[in-house]
Amino acid sequence: MKLIVAIIQPYRLEEVKKALYAEEVHLITVSEVLGHGRQKGVTEYYRGVRETGNLLRKVRVEIAVNENFVEPTIKAIMKGAQTGKVGDGKIFIMDLKECVRIRTGERGPEAIG
Amino acid sequence: MNNLPINTVDTAFVLLSAALVMLMTPGLALFYGGMVRKKNILSVLIQCFAAMCVLNVWWILIGYSLSFCPAKGFWGGLDWMGLKGVGYAALPDYSSTIPNRVFMIFQGMFAVITPALIIGAFAERMKFSAYIIFTLLWATFVYAPVCHWVWGSGGWLKQMGVLDFAGGIVVHATAGVAALITTIVIGKRKNLFHSPAPHNLPLVVLGTGLLWFGWFGFNAGSALAVNAVAVNAFITTNTAAAAAGLSWVLLEWIRNGRPTVFGIVTGCVAGLATITPGAGYVSVGSSVIIGIFASILCFIAVAIIKPRYGYDDSLDVFGVHGVGGILGVICVGLFASKAVNPGGADGLFYGNPKLLVTQLTGVLAAVLYTAAVTFVIYKLINVFLGVRIGEQDESIGLDLAQHRENAYTLLE
Repeated sequence: MKLIVAIIQPYRLEEVKKALYAEEVHLITVSEVLGHGRQKGVTEYYRGVRETGNLLRKVRVEIAVNENFVEPTIKAIMKGAQTGKVGDGKIFIMDLKECVRIRTGERGPEAIG
Repeated sequence: MNNLPINTVDTAFVLLSAALVMLMTPGLALFYGGMVRKKNILSVLIQCFAAMCVLNVWWILIGYSLSFCPAKGFWGGLDWMGLKGVGYAALPDYSSTIPNRVFMIFQGMFAVITPALIIGAFAERMKFSAYIIFTLLWATFVYAPVCHWVWGSGGWLKQMGVLDFAGGIVVHATAGVAALITTIVIGKRKNLFHSPAPHNLPLVVLGTGLLWFGWFGFNAGSALAVNAVAVNAFITTNTAAAAAGLSWVLLEWIRNGRPTVFGIVTGCVAGLATITPGAGYVSVGSSVIIGIFASILCFIAVAIIKPRYGYDDSLDVFGVHGVGGILGVICVGLFASKAVNPGGADGLFYGNPKLLVTQLTGVLAAVLYTAAVTFVIYKLINVFLGVRIGEQDESIGLDLAQHRENAYTLLE
């Protein structure tokens, strides 16, 4: 089992969701986050005053999957989120030790899907 | 004519009414702003304030002259350009007790909010530069002529006997029909899985409160004097809004199983729009029926017709203002009574079927003209500038893409 965490551009979320559904991945958790990478943030203007270096809005997508879904999930996120411009985001993949379905108490690969 | 005594009470009443109508556009901004997704609220707010800034200047330069300078024909012409000759003296064509200038500023507020109503149709996808140009062209070539026909001295619909107390044709029908044309020209929003998608209903509620409040100036103020007609308009406005809000919420309670905040406020606005042309011509009893009619018809337009035909009128400008305005003008033909307003006429239910025909002719002429000219304006702007923003900017949201601002912060 793996936990896949992707930080993506907020405006690509709908495309990522579409691509994940196409790969039959339906169990996702999404949250709004702030952060920036090498591009160091957006430029905003307030009453004509230019401000840079703000944290950027990003969306964090968390998906826990069994091994056979790892590559399809990565592929779907890439497909939905990639624009080729700075700021497209990252995908982090980590081993998942255990998973418990609260309703039934099932554990492991059974509980994820 | 320059020696008519100015009535200070009437003048104070109309000035205050003008201020009330002014407050409706910020009210509309919140009403619409709460209805869009949170990435687009600022774009709606700036469009509303830009309407106030652009059109108030336009109004004193040419708008008032085009709309109200006495003339037979297409519009009023430019004799009053820059308020030349528009002084403190009364102009009996409009009111013999208040200064022409006071009438001018009162009417100016109507000219601001009418194009602003259309914002709800292209919300979340219109280019700001194109919006400014659209607003100016639409005010000049749709609002001013139609206003002149219906309200201007020498206007052909006015001479025909069309009754529009506070803007069922001039304001709501024109804005509503322009909204419908907008949806056809500009197309649907992208990546929208459910509509409406309001991000802040409390703002919509606040906006509705301000609109209802301002509407007293809009309708009662249209009597241009403190008299029985003004009092009647004040009460019919209030009653129709209440009856419509109540009937909308009951309708959706029965149909969808739940009474909703969005439903009750939409009903109130539908009632306000629908009573507008008749406020000073119909009795309080009739205003209850008009309010109920308003909710039933607007509910059908918003909840049944729009999903069936799939046009993306983002914030239901056509469904609420267009349908409400047209219905209200027809209701004048049914419910108008000389007992309420001796300066008006009797409608069908008071023994005069002719008024209904006149009303239908008037609204039909305005609707057809508005539809055609609005379409041409959009096509022209599309050639030179493009009406719609790019797909990526639309996904990012107009606030950041067009204005480089965010309404809400996650962390300070």
